[in-house]
Amino acid sequence: MLGAGAATLVAAFLRAIPEASAGEKSAQFKAALKALLDDARPVSGGIEMSLPEAVENGDYVPLSLAVESPMTEENHVKAFHLLSTANPRADVATYHFTLLSGKARVTSRMRLARTQEVFAIAELSDGTFLMSGRNVDVKIGGCEI
Amino acid sequence: MKKPPRIKIPESAKVGEVIEIRTLATHIMETGNRKDARGKTIARDIIHTFTATFEGKPVFSADLGPGIAANPYIAFYLKVSGPGAIEITWIDDSGAKIVKTVALNVV
Repeated sequence: MLGAGAATLVAAFLRAIPEASAGEKSAQFKAALKALLDDARPVSGGIEMSLPEAVENGDYVPLSLAVESPMTEENHVKAFHLLSTANPRADVATYHFTLLSGKARVTSRMRLARTQEVFAIAELSDGTFLMSGRNVDVKIGGCEI
Repeated sequence: MKKPPRIKIPESAKVGEVIEIRTLATHIMETGNRKDARGKTIARDIIHTFTATFEGKPVFSADLGPGIAANPYIAFYLKVSGPGAIEITWIDDSGAKIVKTVALNVV
């Protein structure tokens, strides 16, 4: 399941990606963002995004997302939405928190098809959205696998 | 999900403490974009839903897409209100559902 299997999985993942110039955001990303925010304007920043600046291969990219929050009834983080700008699918994951979470923090691992900007959107209990982005340089592209 | 998922929690915790819960499932997370040797698309098979409860109350959950790496690792937090059972559920596209419970020891 790992090793060679994972490499072919990534290769297939890469082939599924339409050609686009570096830094360009997929139409799917723009649609996902619009669906999420509706007409709300997100506040820029405020999310601690830990992602490597560069990875050898996009198969396993560690990430953690956090927002400082008291996590009380009046003031808490409801969810984090993780979006990719250049994967075949823009929606990577949504993490939902409750008051029992105690902390608005999650750690996971994602796939990155190629060099791109990754965005996190935090949905707060008062209806505010925070939005942060990080660029990750993916060394191994589709033709090299 | 051939191998059972793993859950790691602290050996003991205090009331009011926020503890980290680390989980690891063994799963290919097949994206649905891959083709087999004959050029036929391999059906998507991913863990799409992850939920965690404490004594039956929701703590944390995640909706996952194919952009999540194989063998999904998820670490999240729980504010300790007392001793009890942490129940975690993983559900994949094949319909497989794994539920695992660990007891939280409070000192």
